[in-house]
Amino acid sequence: MTVESTAARQPRRSAGSKAGTTGTKAAGTTGTKRTTARTTARTAAAEPELVQLLTPEGERVKNAEYDRYVDGITPEELRGLYRDMVLTRRFDAEATALQRQGELGLWASLLGQEAAQIGSGRATREDDYVFPTYREHGVAWCRGVDPTNLLGMFRGVNNGGWDPNENNFHLYTIVIGSQALHATGYAMGITKDGADSAVIAYFGDGASSQGDVSEAFNFAAVYNAPVVFFCQNNQWAISESNEKQTRVPLYQRAQGFGFPGVRVDGNDVLASLAVTRWALERARRGEGPALIEAWTYRMGAHTTSDDPTRYRHDDERVAWEAKDPILRLRRYLESAHHTDEGFFAELETESEALGRRVREAVRAMQDPDHFAIFENVYADGHALVDEERAQFAAYQASFADVEGV
Amino acid sequence: MAADVTAKNLPLAKAINESLRRALEEDPKVLVMGEDVGKLGGVFRVTDGLQKDFGEDRVIDTPLAESGIVGTAIGLALRGYRPVVEIQFDGFVFPAYDQIVTQLAKMHARSLGKVKLPVVVRIPYGGGIGAVEHHSESPESLFAHVSGLKVVSPSNASDAYWMMQQAIQSDDPVIYFEPKRRYWDKGEVSTEAIPGPLHKARVVREGTDLTLAAYGPMVKLCQEVADAAAEEGRSLEVLDLRSISPLDFDTVQASVEKTRRLVVVHEAPVFFGSGAEIAARITERCFYHLEAPVLRVGGYHAPYPPARLEEEYLPGLDRVLDAVDRALAY
Repeated sequence: MTVESTAARQPRRSAGSKAGTTGTKAAGTTGTKRTTARTTARTAAAEPELVQLLTPEGERVKNAEYDRYVDGITPEELRGLYRDMVLTRRFDAEATALQRQGELGLWASLLGQEAAQIGSGRATREDDYVFPTYREHGVAWCRGVDPTNLLGMFRGVNNGGWDPNENNFHLYTIVIGSQALHATGYAMGITKDGADSAVIAYFGDGASSQGDVSEAFNFAAVYNAPVVFFCQNNQWAISESNEKQTRVPLYQRAQGFGFPGVRVDGNDVLASLAVTRWALERARRGEGPALIEAWTYRMGAHTTSDDPTRYRHDDERVAWEAKDPILRLRRYLESAHHTDEGFFAELETESEALGRRVREAVRAMQDPDHFAIFENVYADGHALVDEERAQFAAYQASFADVEGV
Repeated sequence: MAADVTAKNLPLAKAINESLRRALEEDPKVLVMGEDVGKLGGVFRVTDGLQKDFGEDRVIDTPLAESGIVGTAIGLALRGYRPVVEIQFDGFVFPAYDQIVTQLAKMHARSLGKVKLPVVVRIPYGGGIGAVEHHSESPESLFAHVSGLKVVSPSNASDAYWMMQQAIQSDDPVIYFEPKRRYWDKGEVSTEAIPGPLHKARVVREGTDLTLAAYGPMVKLCQEVADAAAEEGRSLEVLDLRSISPLDFDTVQASVEKTRRLVVVHEAPVFFGSGAEIAARITERCFYHLEAPVLRVGGYHAPYPPARLEEEYLPGLDRVLDAVDRALAY
């Protein structure tokens, strides 16, 4: 099979039923006749083809394949998605501000990626398991992880901060791509247990270059593991754009491993929800892994340590502003008369209250006890750790004597 | 003595930058590779401006894959290039560890000396910058333990400049650990006067009562310890080891034969750390000269802690002075 080169690729936006989809025929099937070259129509336009249910203008567009996953959605649920995105953005903005104030050592903002995260996060079931990167604040929100728990590692008071099994939301992983394999292994365990839960692994366009991610794809395919690979392609791996990571659209990689790949408009919460529901449901039915590439944009810096003005033009960011995930859902809600001014006003109040709560919680976060260094190094203990803890205690006590004189 | 007209006062990071620039200018086979090393100039700006001046063919933004970076550097070296690769942070080197240990380190021996792999792996390392997990570690012993690799770490701008020149010129693979918390410390750098061989230790302060041996970020701390000890009437000698593999035991031995006491300081965990090797060798070489056991100050046998605890974890002035007191009490 040949895949067209990047140079030859002329992407377009399409709401067609097979848009941005490869190899959806059956799990583990490599024999599909439909090649990526044929599914990617070569017409000159600004946007790559992807699954979209809500246009940036907030218009609902039909999609024969994915409409069924959101057909029954109620106005209340739509307002819920809107609320999730607004509160996540508010939380994120507060964290960025707290970093600027010196309360956090670092922050990795999700600004611009709210729809991809809320849409996919709300598609998960309680018994599903989520493996995030370090930027999935919106997914954490959907899983019920208290947002203040996410801030501990960025403040430098812990290296994790929550019990992963409480919400089936694994700890943030900083080493790029490692968690894709953990997710696959967890999914293999689900199969062995005969359960019908699924796993979703988050990673970014940069991580797609890591060996661990390719290995995860292969293990998942070989063992037909119920795992959904959710790649938020936010266009930038720190300073490196997509063309430094890949020469084919990322979703097309799935086909080579033997499972379907779909590109979804990651700024469209409804499409992100629908496509993730599709992928999770087929995983639960035993049809194996799927790759979702959520086409989105990192509106801010990589982290608060980064300065994107050194490597990208602001007009790119401005162009993406017009595709804002929150704005488009608001337009849709308003045009469908699903909301009134009271809704937005109440949400504004709730949003400010969340910001206040986060601010106060962070400022109240105590530095850990010094002896925490020696805690939980081993499950069964270790003589050397005990010895060093005792030495540390004696050393600390020597200061107390001096100060006590 | 006349002032060196070529001397510049540079931060350590800039000294490495100038050294890379010189290598790129002088040898068309030198390449710089890594994540974000091009347009961004590296997350610490060590490669700032190099891609602009030498082009994308020679200063290469790689895909985000450390094993790929080192593995392809090996291939480029096989083809006659001299790649200088950057691993963005200490904790991110491990995907490349397989390539470094099983391939980079052993190719020369396996080829019966026919193949040389002049690859430099730059790794910003160490703590003290308040970073998140995997950004503050000191894994040098994991590399020093592997035969076939040379492991060095400069402590100051002049060494950073010259040791990079020498590492690039070396026909062996060199793991070049950069003390990231000292990146902004300025020092005089002469572009003419070579300060000495790559693997030779240096006495940075002479003393008579005890020797402090360190490398990279801990050299500055040991000098501060020596200042503090001097106020109490104690004369400490400070060694900058500069190279961890090979390690210049002769210089350490000469110092210990004079002072009779040795404290080794590094950020890496003490357990199986470089200090353990130094303690063993110096005990073998200087048994009858030693008045006290060789003591070590370093990290604990615990994961590098969250930033708010790193001051307790890292060797500091008081902890080194405490070890000095203990050694002098024998």
